Order: sequence, then C-alpha cells, then structure tokens
Amino acid sequence: MLAKRIIPCLDIKDGRVVKGVNFENLRDSGNPVELAKLYAEQGADELVFLDITATHERRKTLAALVEEIAREINIPFTVGGGISTVDDVHILLQSGADKVSVNSAAVRNPQLIQDIADKFGSQCLVLAIDAKEADGEWLVYLNGGRLQTELILFSWAKQAEQMGAGEILFTSMNHDGTKNGFANEALNDLSQLINIPIIASGGAGTMQHFVDTFTTGSADAALAASIFHFKEIAIPDLKQYLHQHNIPIRL
Amino acid sequence: MKVVIINYGAGNTQSVRYAFERLGITPILSDDIAEILTADKVIFPGVGHAKAAMEVLREKQLDLLIPTLKQPVLGICLGMQLMCNFSEEGNTKCLGIFNEDVKLFEPKLKVPHIGWNTAENNWYYFVHSYYVPVNEYTTETCNYITDFSAAMQKGNFYAVQYHPEKSGKGGEELLNKFTAI
Repeated sequence: MLAKRIIPCLDIKDGRVVKGVNFENLRDSGNPVELAKLYAEQGADELVFLDITATHERRKTLAALVEEIAREINIPFTVGGGISTVDDVHILLQSGADKVSVNSAAVRNPQLIQDIADKFGSQCLVLAIDAKEADGEWLVYLNGGRLQTELILFSWAKQAEQMGAGEILFTSMNHDGTKNGFANEALNDLSQLINIPIIASGGAGTMQHFVDTFTTGSADAALAASIFHFKEIAIPDLKQYLHQHNIPIRL
Repeated sequence: MKVVIINYGAGNTQSVRYAFERLGITPILSDDIAEILTADKVIFPGVGHAKAAMEVLREKQLDLLIPTLKQPVLGICLGMQLMCNFSEEGNTKCLGIFNEDVKLFEPKLKVPHIGWNTAENNWYYFVHSYYVPVNEYTTETCNYITDFSAAMQKGNFYAVQYHPEKSGKGGEELLNKFTAI
C-alpha cells in the first residue's frame, strides 16, 4: 500500500541551514548535508530544501549544494526558492535534485508550469501555494506571504494540475507557526477537487496532527520544519505513532 | 567492474551515478555503442516521456543496440517501460524486449503514483503514471490502483519500475545484487 510521506523542510541561506537547528550528535548542525543525512537515516521519506538566499550569486551556490546533497542522500529531495525559469530548473535537476518547487514565478507566469512539465515531466514539478483564509475565501499569497493576490487557492490548484504540476504543496498561512494542526478542511476540499498528490504544510504541533491531516485532511504527505529541527517530535516516534493509528507508513 | 549508464538525455542519470558511487563503483555515462558493448553491466535509466525518449534512442541507434546486449542490463522506471513492446504514453513502439504493453493508470486514485510502496515486503520509491501489467516475466509485484510489475526479468534483462537510486537501503541492496550477478 502506498505510504503517507513525512517530509522535513530545511530552510537554507547562503548554503547553511537557518532556524536555530540544534542537534548534539551533529558536529555542524548548520550543514544541510549533515542534517539531511540524519533525517534520511531516521526515516524521513523525502526532504525539501528551501533556499531563502536573496543574492544574485545564489544560483551557483545552490547548484553546488544540490550536487553535494545528491551525492550523499539516498532518498528523494525537492529544491525550491526563487525558481523562475526553465533554465533554473534545468540547472537544479542536472545537479541531482529530484524535484523542484515553484511558487511566485508560476503565479506571475502560469505558462512556466507547462514549460517545465513538457521539458522535464510532471513528476519533477511541485507547485507550492501559500494561501490565507479570510471571510471564507482562500487567497493565494506571494513572496513568502508578503503579497496578496486575487487568485483563489482552489481554482489556482486546479489550473496548475491541468497545466502539468505533479504535486501541490499547500501551506496554510492561518495555520503556519501556530502548532494547532493542519488546514484539514481546505486540504480535504483540495483532494476532492484535484487528482494529484497534496502535501500538507503549516500547523504541525503534535503527532495527532499528522494523523488528522492524513485522515480528515486526506493529505498524501505532510511537511514540517521546526518541530523536527527543535526535536519536539522525533521522526521514528512519529512514524510508530502513525503506524499504531493505522496510517500506512514506511517503517 | 565497468558499469555503463546509457546517457540519452533522460532525467536522472546523475542520481543513478551517485548511487553507484556510494557503493564504491564509478560508472561511465555514455551513449557510445562501443563503450556500451564493452561494459560488464549496463544501466538503462529514465525519467521523462516515452515517445520523446524513444525518438532520442532511435536517433542514437540505441534502439537497435539495447535488445542485442548480452551482459546484464538493468532498466529503471521509464527504462523498464521502454523495454516493453508499446507504451500508451505518446502511443509509441518501444524496444520489444518484454512482450507487454505499458498502460496508463485509471484515475481511481491519484495519478501519478508518487511515494514509497512495497514489493515483496521491501519499501521502494515510485514515481510514475504508466505501468506494466503483471506478466510471465514479473519477479516483484506492487499494488496501486491495480497489481502491476515492480520488477521483471528475462534472461540478461532486468527491470524495475521503482527508483533504486532513491529507495534508501532497499534500493542499495538491489543495486548491489545487480552488480554481483
């Protein structure tokens, strides 16, 4: 049976992990490769690296880092952050990334989704959507949630599916950072609407939250950052818990 | 040991190369017929579109070479599908090593089939929208929407639908077993 996926997300700035990660069994906890290896050994099903470096040099640095990760890591990983052209995607895939995640650039230029899918296949394209609910409407936001658009989450996800996105990574800004659980109602609505896998993001606080997003939220995968980085939840414990709650999981 | 990864512009050749390097083997990436013929083991990887991939293989005359190879050959993902007769992806004729047709999943569940699934009690990572039905060459079966071939073998031709290069320990074991043939 296809397993639900647990995906730690690592924010990268200038080639280093940010967000105060602290693992005593790592010599260098800011080293993305070291941390990625640890998560892979602990049973992470995939990894997401989000590059938040805002310099022009970033592309070269990122490609070198992606290559280093690909050499060391034997599970799939996605790279995102500032990807805006087919050429950006080409460089990252050539360096060894399995998938790329595209966000703002696809909203600005939806054709990018089709161009990437046609050239490299839908399987490597994760469309990331940041959305916030207000007055019963889920609106899409850009640039890490700083800019509001007029796009509705559901119609944008549907359009992205039709244009060739392989997966949707949906982050609820209402839930992100709250540790009160994932946006399960919207996630379930998305799953009813589209027929590509959905990665839930934003709101993980307890192990029960993961059970909930896989059941009531119908999510195919769940992504979290700080609860793993700060060791509030260890991946092996989480997977045992999910298994005990009859969630199909890779042990 | 000389391991040659057939390089025909299909997606994930780097990942496959790195996976062998982690096992202490330095493979050669090549589309050169003489180079491929002198390999001890040949890897036929692939991510992408069946029709487009077949066009590249024909251009490089690899479509004629691959079915005649005598050394162990391992097809991975699209590579496995291209070793069949025909694919519904672009309705293209393939290499005809396995006398089976490649079909599109019925969308009873989400398609593509992305993630970890089991075949013969091992966990492997799958990413695909098309599948090879279970047939006389099937050596491992997986289930998603329907039972399908996770692995096949016919003589010196081996094929896996999953990505051993991304399947953690289980994938490494498969690559080790293949190189030990």
